[in-house]
Amino acid sequence: MDYKDLTLKHAANMLARKETSAMELATAALARIRALEPKLHAFLHVSEERALADAKLADERLKGGDDAQILGIPYALKDNILAKDLPLTAGSKILKNYKAVYDATVVRKLSNLNPVLVGKTNLDEFAMGSSTENSAYGPTKNPYDLLRVPGGSSGGSAAAVASGEVLFALGTDTGGSIRQPASFCGVVGLKPTYGRVSRFGAVALGSSLDQIGVFAKTVEDASIAFQAFAGSDAHDTTTIPVPVPDYSKFLGSDLKGLKVGVPNEYFGEGLDPEVKQIIEQAISKFEKMGAVVSETTLPHASYALACYYIILPVEISANLSRYDGIRYGLSEPGQNLTQVYENTRTAGFGEEPKRRIMIGTYASSAGYKDAYYKKAQTAQKLIRRDFKEAFEKFDILLTPTCPTPAFKLGERVADPISMYLADIFTVGLNIAGVPGISIPAGITKSGLPVGLQLIANHFAEEKLFAAGDAFEKINNLKLTPPIS
Amino acid sequence: MSISKEEVDKIATLARLKFTPEEKLKLQQELSGILDYVNQLTQITESSAASDLDSRALNLMREDIAAAELNPTEFLDQANGQQDGFVKVKSVF
Repeated sequence: MDYKDLTLKHAANMLARKETSAMELATAALARIRALEPKLHAFLHVSEERALADAKLADERLKGGDDAQILGIPYALKDNILAKDLPLTAGSKILKNYKAVYDATVVRKLSNLNPVLVGKTNLDEFAMGSSTENSAYGPTKNPYDLLRVPGGSSGGSAAAVASGEVLFALGTDTGGSIRQPASFCGVVGLKPTYGRVSRFGAVALGSSLDQIGVFAKTVEDASIAFQAFAGSDAHDTTTIPVPVPDYSKFLGSDLKGLKVGVPNEYFGEGLDPEVKQIIEQAISKFEKMGAVVSETTLPHASYALACYYIILPVEISANLSRYDGIRYGLSEPGQNLTQVYENTRTAGFGEEPKRRIMIGTYASSAGYKDAYYKKAQTAQKLIRRDFKEAFEKFDILLTPTCPTPAFKLGERVADPISMYLADIFTVGLNIAGVPGISIPAGITKSGLPVGLQLIANHFAEEKLFAAGDAFEKINNLKLTPPIS
Repeated sequence: MSISKEEVDKIATLARLKFTPEEKLKLQQELSGILDYVNQLTQITESSAASDLDSRALNLMREDIAAAELNPTEFLDQANGQQDGFVKVKSVF
């Protein structure tokens, strides 16, 4: 079997049966990356040296009888997650020459199981965006159509998995940055519960919303990778010590009697007719499997994006104050300290971070805090209540991940609000802190993937894996991007 | 909702950013557009929802134990200037 068509599970089985080696997989990954990158640009940094060292170690462990499920599996990290001694740019010029001096907790946890890290993937600058077009290093392309965006902000990770460069990849999701690119690139993308995964060593964007999650080719693959890095961490006090179940036990579940809610707010104006049709077909497949599907309502869903664009910029303006040219990153000279700050930030930040810092500074400044930030906090509570009430009636909720398939490069760059609207179905989950997964549901007539979003209550990721895995099997969608 | 040129100047100073006159004009329009969009929140009439919803507001405490997990030299080496084990900066005044 071709490396590009392997799933994580399949590769792990081949390694266990000695039909391949970690070195062979790493070499195939690097060859695939070399062949595709000139067209795709999913990576900001490919580390051949690291990959080969990891693979050598993995093969030694395999020889010693070790068979952990991600052992020897090639993977990538979004370039806003620290891996010691590798560069980290966060897609920004302000961190152009930065080198990580420690591992993020997720990287440390993964490394214990010895997968093979091949590199760092492209993203919108500081994860601000929905298309990777805000990357200071140029956009990533969609492997299904090189004239279209892969989604964002974790577009590089999504494209790298979709095109068969790596078998899984980590991303971050603050308002949809894993699920939206997963939908656009035809892969599985999981945003865990707020508090389920440590963010220690991830570049902070909106600290009350950010989560690290995973991209993979199948729900099972996503569950295997997630198992390796889920759980609380003393270095991140927002993680909550809820026990992490053995997710493999929830695969192959029977969905008979599963209560599925379909919120009607996600099916209104602006939903692409082809997307609507694909999601309706998916709903009937859930019914076919014995799930009890009913319409429901999340009455404050329409406020989620507006709420997000107050809370997030306020947190951004605080979090990005650390980029001041003093301790690390770019430093532009000035006559005094204030000038060093101003010159560094003006030269180092791109347009979107500047725009969001400005909005956040405005909304949190004296005289406006009550009008904006407090109003957004009220909206947040109402949105959380909507989900709480929905999960008193349902096991999971089902929605489209995005209103449209992947849009064209350049199409939304000039209009920030049209770009923000790409996240309209995904942001509510971050506002409420609940987990969600995007699973490929179908493909449009023009060959673009469409994702289905499943939502569960706090810390119930296993329900997403159970329902997602069952749907994936009955749906039996064969996706192959035309890129080669 | 529109933001004046003076307000853009004031926010830019607070945010430690500098803009050209053309950038300021563009920002004035874009920020006004974004504020128009988020102004739909004013339609919310409910007062702050019940505080029992904040189930994730949970204090996690642990002992403060010193551990040599990170190498200070590596951190200092990332700074633009250093002297005697400290980060060196321009004078404040």
